[in-house]
Amino acid sequence: MSASAATPAPAGGQKDRVAWLAVPAVGYLAIVYALPLVFLLARSVTGPEGFTLSLFIQFFSDPYSWRVIWNTLRIALLTTLVCLVIGFPVAIAMARAKGLMQVALLVAIILPLSIGVVVKAFAWQIVLRRDGVVSQFLVGTGIWSEPQRLLFTESGLVLGAANVFLPFMILPIYSVVKLIDPRLSEAGATLGASPFYRFRRIFLPLTMPGLVSGIAFVFSMSVSMFVIPSLLIGDRFQMLATLTGRSFLLMRNEALGSTTAVVLLVLAVSIVVASSWLAKRLGGSQ
Amino acid sequence: MTATERIASALVWVFAIFAIIFLLTPLVVTVAVSFGSSAVFTLPPPAWSMRWYNQLPGTRGLWPALATSVQIAALSTLISLVLGTLCAIALVRGRFPGRDSIATFLVSPLMLPGLVVGIAMLQGFKAVGLREAWPSLLVAHVVITMPYVVRTVLAALSLFDFTLIDAARTLGCSYGKALRKVMVPALAPAFLTSAMFAFLASMDNYPISIFFTDAWTKTLPIQMLQFVEERPDPVIAAISTGLILLAVIALIIGDRLVGLRRLADF
Repeated sequence: MSASAATPAPAGGQKDRVAWLAVPAVGYLAIVYALPLVFLLARSVTGPEGFTLSLFIQFFSDPYSWRVIWNTLRIALLTTLVCLVIGFPVAIAMARAKGLMQVALLVAIILPLSIGVVVKAFAWQIVLRRDGVVSQFLVGTGIWSEPQRLLFTESGLVLGAANVFLPFMILPIYSVVKLIDPRLSEAGATLGASPFYRFRRIFLPLTMPGLVSGIAFVFSMSVSMFVIPSLLIGDRFQMLATLTGRSFLLMRNEALGSTTAVVLLVLAVSIVVASSWLAKRLGGSQ
Repeated sequence: MTATERIASALVWVFAIFAIIFLLTPLVVTVAVSFGSSAVFTLPPPAWSMRWYNQLPGTRGLWPALATSVQIAALSTLISLVLGTLCAIALVRGRFPGRDSIATFLVSPLMLPGLVVGIAMLQGFKAVGLREAWPSLLVAHVVITMPYVVRTVLAALSLFDFTLIDAARTLGCSYGKALRKVMVPALAPAFLTSAMFAFLASMDNYPISIFFTDAWTKTLPIQMLQFVEERPDPVIAAISTGLILLAVIALIIGDRLVGLRRLADF
């Protein structure tokens, strides 16, 4: 009896009951992670007399804060730019590569992803020293006349950060490039379009969603990076994340730390929201 | 091929080779330094030696930190795997509003600055009186590992044919047995890849863990950063080489199970 009755109606009931399976995970993250974030935001805008923006007014009226914000955005933009310039052609190569080249590219991209950022930042400390590989290479090729130190400079920081984040630029672009039908470009060629025109009007629009998400990934990670700057450029150069970490861990200045944390959070969330809006728009219009 | 296309294609390959060298440089340098004989980081080292590896057993703080990291990573991955899979089933099979938002919410810890998430959780844990390092680390690391599980298992489940379960039930399996015998084997690759990435993410996490460690309970990245700051010698390179070896093994296993190309499906 139950077997014959089990056909349509309970199937619908089962679908409703299945929703309960989401409760443990959602509940866990809501309590452990979302609620504390809401409290952090709420606390940053409440003073002894209720709602106040005094912490932010104080923060934004200090020229030092603006320098920290400027440092953060500049380094993040430069890192993203370096990743984009290297990552875009490499993603194309990866979609076309076969055999040994394909294996080499896949290993070079996936292996670093599974290695800790402390390990990589430490390695870059060695690479960027005055007697390090980069300096030796640049002197050897005659670009530098004498060995120089890149460690604790902004170029060194951008180089190291770009190295760590490059896979996050390549992979999203690769995932769209590999889906592009090569016949589209051939069709364009048959109709007399020049290679540059085909790139601009066929290839680029189709890759745009991948480019947007790669840029958003790398930019948001560079904005909030913490270990890489503290190892590659040191304490005299502060970014929002390093200042946040220092305020909590060394200076015991929770007010400043919470303010910079909220600024960082707002920055990161707006990057994510803007990029997903952009990706949706690009995906819809093409 | 026209000349322009040939130049473009050559440029692409030049960039690819450059990127391979660039990406692998830190790893090669670390391994080379760890087998060098001198305490300064000269490359290539004056002579090869195992002296830094011989110092590993006596390196204070290394083994407890490794043990803590492995325990926390394994347990938090396991918890995320169970909670994340249940949730993924609900998202794929359920018909309730806001499923997209829930999926985004569960993956969101990946997109927010770790440091900010860490500070928020630290204050939250303090408020409810959770102060011990070990349980705090575990509770926090489930948040770090969850996104990896949800992302991968959700993708695999949405491709899974649920009529197979109905078929198994028609053939006399109970619902639980049908899940065990049909769904679990079909999803095994997704479980393994997501568990691998989740485990590595937990092992590697610095910005969140830093708020929950104390003098006795440290995770490996935190202990290593302390080594780097206190005594930058090639012992750290030797530890790093060990971790690189582990990553290579994980990559080989991942390749055997699902293939390198699938691992790159981000």
